[in-house]
Amino acid sequence: MHDVSHATHHGPPTTFIRKHIFSTDHKVIGKQYYALALVAAFFGMMLSWIMRIHLGWTNAAIPGTQLLSSTGAPGGVITPEFYLQLMTMHGTIMVFFVLTTAPFAAFGNFFLPIQVGAEDMPFPRFNMMSFWVTFMAFLVLVASFIVGDGPTLGGWTQYAPLSAVGSASGPGQGTGAVLWAASIGLFCIGQLLGALNFISTTLDMRTKGMSLMRLPLSAWAWFITSCIGLTAFAVLLPACILLILDHVAGTSFFIPSGLVINDKLLPHSGGSTLLWQHLFWFFGHPEVYIAIVPAMGVVSHILVTNMRKPMLSHRVLIYCMMGIGFLSYVVYGHHMFVSGMNPFSALVFSFPTLVITIPATIIVLIWLGSLYGSRLRINSASLFALGFISMFISGGVSGFFLAQPSLDILLHATYFVVGHFHMVMGVAAMFGIFAGTYFWFPKMTGRMMNETLGRVHFWMSFVGAYALFMPFHYLGLAANIRRYQAFVDDYLQPLIPVHKFITVAALFTGFAQLIFLYNLIHSRFWGAKATENPWEATSLEWSTDSPPSWNNFNGKHIVVYHDPYQYGVQGSMGDYVMQTSPEQVATPGDEK
Amino acid sequence: MSQANIALGAHQSGAMEPSPFSIPSKKLAMWLFIISDAMTFAACLVAYGFLRNSTPNWPTPFHSITNVAIMTFILVTSSLTMLIGMRAARAGDKGKAFRWILMTAALGILFGLLHLREWSQLIEEGMTIFKNPWGTGLFGSAFYSITGLHLFHVTCGVIALIVVGFRYQGGRYNADDIEVLGLYWHFVDLVWMFVVPFIYLLNLSH
Repeated sequence: MHDVSHATHHGPPTTFIRKHIFSTDHKVIGKQYYALALVAAFFGMMLSWIMRIHLGWTNAAIPGTQLLSSTGAPGGVITPEFYLQLMTMHGTIMVFFVLTTAPFAAFGNFFLPIQVGAEDMPFPRFNMMSFWVTFMAFLVLVASFIVGDGPTLGGWTQYAPLSAVGSASGPGQGTGAVLWAASIGLFCIGQLLGALNFISTTLDMRTKGMSLMRLPLSAWAWFITSCIGLTAFAVLLPACILLILDHVAGTSFFIPSGLVINDKLLPHSGGSTLLWQHLFWFFGHPEVYIAIVPAMGVVSHILVTNMRKPMLSHRVLIYCMMGIGFLSYVVYGHHMFVSGMNPFSALVFSFPTLVITIPATIIVLIWLGSLYGSRLRINSASLFALGFISMFISGGVSGFFLAQPSLDILLHATYFVVGHFHMVMGVAAMFGIFAGTYFWFPKMTGRMMNETLGRVHFWMSFVGAYALFMPFHYLGLAANIRRYQAFVDDYLQPLIPVHKFITVAALFTGFAQLIFLYNLIHSRFWGAKATENPWEATSLEWSTDSPPSWNNFNGKHIVVYHDPYQYGVQGSMGDYVMQTSPEQVATPGDEK
Repeated sequence: MSQANIALGAHQSGAMEPSPFSIPSKKLAMWLFIISDAMTFAACLVAYGFLRNSTPNWPTPFHSITNVAIMTFILVTSSLTMLIGMRAARAGDKGKAFRWILMTAALGILFGLLHLREWSQLIEEGMTIFKNPWGTGLFGSAFYSITGLHLFHVTCGVIALIVVGFRYQGGRYNADDIEVLGLYWHFVDLVWMFVVPFIYLLNLSH
C-alpha cells in the first residue's frame, strides 16, 4: 500500500552552508540550539549581575550599562524603569531561550534520534525551521534593546493591562512590548515544530527491538516534554497574537474599560486583565515542567550510568514524569492566588498543586533509594546530577508553603517566590544542563572536558547558588517585596546587607560560569580525544563514534536486545551490557 | 520528507519497531498538528467565552442564520467531496480523485468568498475590530479574530488542496498524502462546527 520506491538515501551534505548553517542534521541543530542557549544564558546572567549590583548598591554607577540603553542608565546609574526592563529581559531570556532550549531542544535534538536508533528525525526540514524560527525569536527579543525606548518592562509574565496599553504606561511598552509578544509568538511556532518532530521520532523511528519501555529515561523525558510543549505553546501563541492586536489594531482583549494610566483615561472598553493571566499561566505552568522534566530525565540517565545499577523502578519513574506532565495543566491557577480571582478557585487550584508534589516526591525517593548503597562514580556529571537533586528538593520544599492560598497571599509578592522558582526551576534545570554537558560533551564533540575544572565549577556553583538563593526565602519571610528596584522603606533598610551578600554570591557564582565557558571552549579544540564509550554506558548513543557520523550509525543497522540500563551484570566488557549487544544477561533487569 | 518514506519502508521490512498507532509518520504528524491546533482554537473560544461572560453590554446583533447556514452547508459538503476524492485516490482512480479535490478547493473558495461578503456587510454596518454600534467593541474583536483565524485555516487548506492536487496528478504525491490533507480539511470543518454555535447562534437577537 505504501509507496516506498521514493525512499532514497541522501549522501552527506557537502557545502559549508548545508553542513553547519542550514543543516537538516538533527545533531547540528542540537548543537545550534546549545550555542543559542549558551549565548542567551551568559547574556541573561550579565543582566542579572547589573540588577544585583543595583539592588545592593543602589546609587553606584555600573560601567558599561550605557551600552545597553541610551536613556536607562545616565552616568551608569540604573533608572527604575531600566531596572524593570532588565528584569523582564533576564526572565524572558532565561525561561524561554535557556531553560527551554538547552535541556529540551539542544540535548533532545542531538540525542533523541540516536537513543531510539534512528538516522534522523522524520521531518528534518521542519527541524531546521524549528531552530531558525527560534533564533529569529531571540533576535527579535534582543532587538528591543536598540529599537525605540528599550525593551518592555512588564516582566516575563507580561501581565495585562501594563503589557497591553502601549507607550502610555512607560518606556518600552510600545515597540518593546510588541517585539516581546512577536518574539514569544515566533518561539511558540519554533517549539511546536520541534515537539511534532520529537513525538513522531519517539513513536515512529525506533529501531528493531527498541520497545517503548526500552527507551532510556532521557528519551522518555523528552517525549513527555514534547507532549506538554505541543499543547502548551499552542495556547500561548494565540495569547501573544491577541496581545499584539491590542497594541496595533485597537482591540481591548486585555484592557478593562475606564482605565486611567499616567492621568490619562484610555479609550478602551470591556477587556479582562485576568484573561491574560489565565491564558498565560495555562501555558506558563506547563512551561515550568518543560524546563524541569528533561533535566529530570538527563539526571536520571547520568545517575544510572554512574551508579552502575538500574533505578529502583524504571517504570514508576516514567509514570511519575507522565503524571507531572498531566497535572501541570490543572495546577496553573496557583500562580493567580492573589490576582483577584474567585477565592474558591484558589482553593480548587491548591488541591492539584499539592497533589503534583506526590509524583515529584516519588521521583526524588526513587533517586535517593537507588543512590543508597550504590558505589557512585564521582565525576563532574554525577556531581551536577547530585546537585540537581539537592536543588530540586530545597527549592521544592518551599513549594508546599506556596501551594496553600492562605500562605501564598502573604508570600506571593515577596522574594520568597523568587527564591523558590530560581532554585527549583532555574538552578535545578541549569544543573541538569551542566550534568548533561559534562556527560555528553565527549559524544557531541569527540573530546573530553577537563575534569578538574569541572569539579571546581561544580563546587563553586553549588556553594554559590545556595548562598545566592537561600537568603531569598529569608528576605521573603521578612516581607521584602519583589520587583522593586530600591528598598527605601524603613522596614526594608535592615535587609540591605542581605542584598549585598546576595550580590557578592551572585558575582561569585557567575565567575564560576566563566570557568565553565573556558572549559567548554578549550576542551572543544584542545581537549583529550574521547573514546566511543568513555563512561562505560549502555544506551545507543555510546555504541557509535564520538562524534557520530552524519547518519549516526555509519549506515549500520542497529538492533536492540536489552533494557536501557544493564549495569551490575556479568558482561563481556565489564559490569555492563550494551543495548546493542546480543549477549545473554545473567541477572534480569528492572523491566521484563 | 524522504526520511518518512525510509521509515515506512523500514517498518514494513521489520527493521524497525512497529509504530504504536500503525500509521505513517506524515499522518501521525498531521494528527499531532491537529491536537496542537485544536488547543489554539480552544484557547480562542475559551477566551471568547470568558470575555462574553464578564462583559455586561455584550451585543446579540445577528438577525438571520441564512448566510451562516449556507456557509456551513458548503463547508460540510466540501468534507464530503474530500472524502470522495480520498476514496478515489485509494482506489487508484487518479482522474476522479483530482477532480473531486479541485471541487473541494472550489467549495472552500466559495466559503471564503461568502465569508468575506459577510465581513464587508458587517463592516458597512459599522462593526470593526474595535467598535460596533450595538454594544461592547469586544464583540467585533472576538468575531473577527476567531472567524479570521478559521478563514486563515480555510485559505491555507485551499492552497494546499490545489498544490497537493496538482502534484498528485503529476505523480509526486500519493493517496496517503491526499488522506493526510483530508484530515486537515475535515478538522477545519469540525472547528467551524464549534464556531457556528458559539459565535453565531449565541449572538442571535431574540
